[in-house]
Amino acid sequence: MSDHSINAEKYWQANLRLILGSLVIWALASYGCAILLRPMLSGIHIGGTDLGFWFAQQGSILVFIALTFFYAWKMNKLDEEFGLQE
Amino acid sequence: MDQFTINLLFVGGSFALYFGIAFWARAGSTKEFYVAGGGVHPVLNGMATAADWMSAASFISMAGLIAAGGYANSTFLMGWTGGYVLLAMLLAPYLRKFGKFTVPDFIGDRFYSRTARLVAVACLITASVTYVIGQMTGAGVAFSRFLEVDKNTGLMIAAIVVFFYAVLGGMKGITYTQVAQYVVLIIAYTIPAVFISLQLTDTFLPAIGLFSTHTESGMPLLQKLDEVVRELGFRDYTADVDNKLNMVLFTLSLMIGTAGLPHVIIRFFTVPKVADARWSAGWALVFIALLYLTAPAVASMARLNLMTTIYPSGPTEQPIEYAERPDWIQTWETTGLIKYEDKNGDGRIQFYNDTPTYEAEATARGWEGNELTVNRDILVLANPEIANLPGWVIGLIAAGGLAAALSTAAGLLLAISSAVSHDVIKGSINPDISDKGELTVARISMFVAIIVATYLGMNPPGFAAQVVALAFGIAAASIFPALMMGIFSKRVNSKGAVSGMLAGLISTLVYIFLFLGWFFIPGTATLANTPDNWLLGISPLSFGAVGAVINFAVAFAVSSMTEEPPKEIQELVENVRYPQGAGNAVDH
Repeated sequence: MSDHSINAEKYWQANLRLILGSLVIWALASYGCAILLRPMLSGIHIGGTDLGFWFAQQGSILVFIALTFFYAWKMNKLDEEFGLQE
Repeated sequence: MDQFTINLLFVGGSFALYFGIAFWARAGSTKEFYVAGGGVHPVLNGMATAADWMSAASFISMAGLIAAGGYANSTFLMGWTGGYVLLAMLLAPYLRKFGKFTVPDFIGDRFYSRTARLVAVACLITASVTYVIGQMTGAGVAFSRFLEVDKNTGLMIAAIVVFFYAVLGGMKGITYTQVAQYVVLIIAYTIPAVFISLQLTDTFLPAIGLFSTHTESGMPLLQKLDEVVRELGFRDYTADVDNKLNMVLFTLSLMIGTAGLPHVIIRFFTVPKVADARWSAGWALVFIALLYLTAPAVASMARLNLMTTIYPSGPTEQPIEYAERPDWIQTWETTGLIKYEDKNGDGRIQFYNDTPTYEAEATARGWEGNELTVNRDILVLANPEIANLPGWVIGLIAAGGLAAALSTAAGLLLAISSAVSHDVIKGSINPDISDKGELTVARISMFVAIIVATYLGMNPPGFAAQVVALAFGIAAASIFPALMMGIFSKRVNSKGAVSGMLAGLISTLVYIFLFLGWFFIPGTATLANTPDNWLLGISPLSFGAVGAVINFAVAFAVSSMTEEPPKEIQELVENVRYPQGAGNAVDH
């Protein structure tokens, strides 16, 4: 295997790790806090209802925005690190 | 000036604006027209994507469904935003690197097979036609109200307008027109919401108002709403759902469907760099979120306003008399979307949930059944009238709703017609067809798609947003898995991809048709669409996620039993993974 392809392989692995981590947070916010864990979080009150309701109607959307920007920023940095930018 | 004239002015004015910008942008640069968005900043591209994406389902229908379902219908909010995370990480950058214009192109090349390409086209057309039915439903509601005609007449008018709009479709490619549409759409959605939020909670931002104190009662808004609806036998607005499996699968269907819909994916093919594809997804989501964070506030406040209109002295007192009903109820009655029947003959409007659990109370109050039916798709459009907002706000929301419905419907019709003329006819059946012949085929297929969608839109298989959700389920079960496996696996081969797509598409369609009628033709459903008939309580709207799992499983199983993809295809996969050396998107 040439240096280039070892490098490329590392880049791809780093990307996969980043995607996996991000998707865990993605799932925790929406399927977790907003749906499945809602009964567990019902003790935390927020504006006349509970935290799970907030996550379902607003919180998860805010998390999604943060995640896409974080991923774009991190990947663009990774491109440079590995010399793969355009 | 009467309301009718104001509506026409706003709708006409906004359309003049779009055409004006299209003309100006075209005159300014011809290149811009061909390389759509080629030199456009990711922020503007994100705005244009948001306009393309938000349709009658988001604008007209969604808040009405949330208002009726409360917490349970949060699925629409999460589903239609969470998909952008998948798009940004799993598809957009790689498809941009691949550098062609259509989804069937990628599937055809990656799975080195004309069959795979044709199957992808079939999936694309099925999902898009279903999507158009939803748009026609929404546009029909809007037209019937603003022209004050019956809902089917409104639908016919919508069909004619959409057809001409799509035929003039060249302007669709101009990003600046879509930026203008976005601006009209978001202003139209936000202004009434701000007014209503100020009226009810003294809070300027509706998204904050939702969790603030209801000024009149001094209670938190959501608590007040829970109390009011409970008095009338409805489920608490914030109540948790019992069937969590269905809620999870429905949300998942919408999310992966978002990432599988061709007209959204195409937007990321045209940004200048791979890095921009990543940023664009983020910006698109920001602009979508501006509407989606307001929508739940619109939903709860409209529900509360509707209840207080019918029960001005509180839900425990008598409702209003029919003869004294507000004007907006009267105008919506002419469309057939609000219906009143005086069951107990007392001349008042009893509006409640007549379920067995509430029967005792209803009898005690002398009520003999719910007397008012309100179509859920009207809520956003009626919202400013319910809150007694000035006439220009009502005109504004008309313009916004139509911008949302028409731009998306036209975009989808273009996607359908180009799939038929470019991918099927030119790509497979008759490669020597002339440009003129290709254009004729495109127009005919657009015409056929509109006729089908209008016919099915008269008795749609659900409210606008639900029909659109079905389209997402179909895209989720067929297109998304094929795209994802094409990028993340070198092992999945053409046989695997084709059988996977077919298994996903067919299983999902069969499940949907069983409950909603074969090919959506009214009255042909095999089973009643009730939770006890559903497999494990999974509704037809949620089945797309199951279809996607079937697709993945079949594709991997078949691939592992058959040969590896050829060397050059494995290199192609390797190549799309690294941003380096992405040229401009090429046409063919």
